[in-house]
Amino acid sequence: MTTTAGNDTASDGTAGNDTAGNDTTSSVTTSEGTRTVAPVGPAAPGRRWHRPSAYVERYALVAVWLVVVVAFGLARPETYATTGNLQNILGSQAVLLILALGLLIPLTTGGFDLSVTSTLSLSAMLVAVLNVQHGWSLPACIAAAVAASVVVGLVNGACVVLLGIDSFIVTLGTSTFVLGLVQWLSDSTAVTGVDPALTEWTVVNRLFGVSLSFYYGLLAAVATWFLLTRMPLGRRLLFVGRGASVARLSGLAVDRIRWGSFVTSAVVAGLAGVVYAGSLGGADPSSGSSFLLPAFAAAYLGATAITPGRFNAVGTFVAVYFLVSGVVGLQMLGVDNFVQQLFYGGALVVAVALSQLVRRRTSGAG
Amino acid sequence: MTTLQTTRPPVAPATATSTPLLQLRGLSKTFGTTKALDGVDLTVAPGEVHALLGENGSGKSTLIKVLNGFHAPDPGAELTIGGRSVPLPVPPGRFREHGLAFVHQDLALVPELSVLENLRVAHIAGSRRPWINWGAERRRARTAFGRLGLDVDIDQPVQRLGATERALLAIVRAAEEIRDARERATAEHCLLVLDEPTVFLPEEGTALLFRLVRDLVADGRTSVLFVSHDLDEVLAHTDRVTVLSDGRLRGTADTAAVTVPQLIEMIVGRPVQSPVPTEHAGHTPERPVHAGVTDLHGGVLAGLSFTVGAGEVVGLTGLAGSGYEDVLPALYGARPGASGTLRLPDAALDLATSTPAAALAHGVVFVPADRARDGAAGELTVLENMTLPVLAEFRGRAGLDRRRLLARGRQLTETHDVRPRDPRAVYGSLSGGNAQKALLAKWLQTGPRLVLLHEPTQGVDIGARTHIHDQLASAARGGAAIVVASSDYEQLATLCDRVLVLARGRVVEQLAGPALTRERIADRVLGSVTLHEATGSSPEVTA
Repeated sequence: MTTTAGNDTASDGTAGNDTAGNDTTSSVTTSEGTRTVAPVGPAAPGRRWHRPSAYVERYALVAVWLVVVVAFGLARPETYATTGNLQNILGSQAVLLILALGLLIPLTTGGFDLSVTSTLSLSAMLVAVLNVQHGWSLPACIAAAVAASVVVGLVNGACVVLLGIDSFIVTLGTSTFVLGLVQWLSDSTAVTGVDPALTEWTVVNRLFGVSLSFYYGLLAAVATWFLLTRMPLGRRLLFVGRGASVARLSGLAVDRIRWGSFVTSAVVAGLAGVVYAGSLGGADPSSGSSFLLPAFAAAYLGATAITPGRFNAVGTFVAVYFLVSGVVGLQMLGVDNFVQQLFYGGALVVAVALSQLVRRRTSGAG
Repeated sequence: MTTLQTTRPPVAPATATSTPLLQLRGLSKTFGTTKALDGVDLTVAPGEVHALLGENGSGKSTLIKVLNGFHAPDPGAELTIGGRSVPLPVPPGRFREHGLAFVHQDLALVPELSVLENLRVAHIAGSRRPWINWGAERRRARTAFGRLGLDVDIDQPVQRLGATERALLAIVRAAEEIRDARERATAEHCLLVLDEPTVFLPEEGTALLFRLVRDLVADGRTSVLFVSHDLDEVLAHTDRVTVLSDGRLRGTADTAAVTVPQLIEMIVGRPVQSPVPTEHAGHTPERPVHAGVTDLHGGVLAGLSFTVGAGEVVGLTGLAGSGYEDVLPALYGARPGASGTLRLPDAALDLATSTPAAALAHGVVFVPADRARDGAAGELTVLENMTLPVLAEFRGRAGLDRRRLLARGRQLTETHDVRPRDPRAVYGSLSGGNAQKALLAKWLQTGPRLVLLHEPTQGVDIGARTHIHDQLASAARGGAAIVVASSDYEQLATLCDRVLVLARGRVVEQLAGPALTRERIADRVLGSVTLHEATGSSPEVTA
């Protein structure tokens, strides 16, 4: 089907276009309606933005989070509802938060990056191995870890952009490959004894009783929020994701933007890996993988809040802490460990289902 | 790479008998308040190749879509095939049982699959057996090609076939569907509808295809309804011709007894005065040249050159496949494989390497025909879509200045009459006319020097159409050069100072001044192939 097919539908179409039967139909068929409506007078502006239900949609996740916190607080007042626990919860999730924020970039452009957790493990392991076994200084280790992450991102982007492979399958492949590298690098054993300075600057040192790593996460959230909502680049990412052809015809460098998004998520995952190495005081070859599902769950759950239907930093922040508040509460109730899996897995499915519903409703199909 | 070859000589058409193969009576179809078809009768004799002609919007497509069950006609119509009554509306997806087969312009082939798989896909998909008997399918496919004297490697993927071979394959497949219907005894007589499958074929390809068609109808139980815009093809290959105009039957004639001017008069609905004064393309007498296109190649475009003056509105038109739709993407740097030069007052763009970003940087903007795919992201807001090209203007100290952005959005919806007047409405919720006005606002705010528009009022209501015309006229008064590619002759006549008619990738006519009327454009477009051939090789018009 090429543009020529439009010839006949063009004018036949003005007379009721059930010809297309797909996405173009919505705008064309509604033109029927306006032909009679438009001359009558200034149409009432569709202020769907200010409907009360829109507010409910935007802040439902925040409300649910508060409900969860209050409920567990009432159930376990002596352990859950304490400042210590709050500080603990906040400080413990920096790695997941940073990782999920990095994921938002490719997700916004319509790409998947499943390799972020392997990149995180690679970065953490490089820091540990170079520092402990080769005596590199911390800044040098961190630079090397970030450089390695850039390489992973470049490879992902090259496969997606140059070869046109689905990002899902590309990053599944690179993820496994990188994990292999990590095991090779580490002889499949945990490496401990990283320079205590790293641990001090991530988990030990505290500000208002909360580990510094929390503030790194907060900083990452603010930066991501600024990028996605306040910078022209954020808009461009959004257009690449929601209409690649539109973006291309509007003069955007679509390929470069998509490639860049994979490099960004890899670099952010690398930085998360540095924080992870700090919080563990070393690195182990496998535990990083357990972040994959929570990170996606947080990103998708976050997309149902604040600006529903769009991946956004504030929503992701709320989602991460909603998830961990729930998990910690369940643990304090003495529930078995597998419940954590149920909670994360269930949240991901519910989040994706919700965001799909929201997207369908706001995409103006009617 | 000719893998399909006819080895049998064409067979003379069977003589028409008294019982018509297809009889359609009193067919009407109403959309809202518009009558797309109004009491149309159509009779096709057995063994006949019958042409269906008409302008865009004449009701041709609607008629075809009634036959394939896509549209339900207004009550009161009757359809018989081979004397058997066919229920109306035709049950969707079951037209085959009633002896109807279709080949559409896009051919509906899957390029990655083999010839065999494409040929037998309907049969395989409809089969109730739990496994596929590939041996039997292969034998059947070989027989099908052999019967028509075609030699073909049935295992090669369709993407390796040439355009002509693909069209032949689609027709062979339709013939097989007809044969299946006969075997299942659901229909004895069959009508094969060819809905412009020849648009992209070279002349030899069309000739080959019609030899195949003649073989098919030779059994006297099959007829062909050939939908086309190309009068030459119709005259060369069909027995009778029916013309629709504004949803009404304009007339039916023996092809041998009509001439191109007579057909054009039937199609346009009014006699066209001739001779028409014509000039050669590429020269604008009274205006300074603002944009110049030289030696444009790509697809069917064969060295096209023309100029546009400042403040001038130039139209491009032609039949489907003439190349007029390919010009704008090529000028905008959005068509891979194009070459040529676009000269602007301060720069010359090499179109082989140009990109949309480069075109934009030089003040060239493009409003594409397919709004939903290429124009705007339907899930995002009107504001976001409209301000995408100008975001750099709104950088503030704290990032994008959202208040100023919103103010711009309000101002644009106001000046371009986008309803609702809420820039934060979701773009996809706008009507066709308002969606197009928003797109125009998106590009005109950049102060472009060359505006390229492809079918600017497709799916747009009358009120919005006038508004869009006004906006373009005002942009032209501001000094922009405007190029409109369209198949809407009425619009071209209203909007343009000059219209170039393309055929086979070249400008064959230029209309301006008093010669620029809807009828003249239609005349020139519909007769364009003949005109072109008259100047080139010898015309091959036989009756």
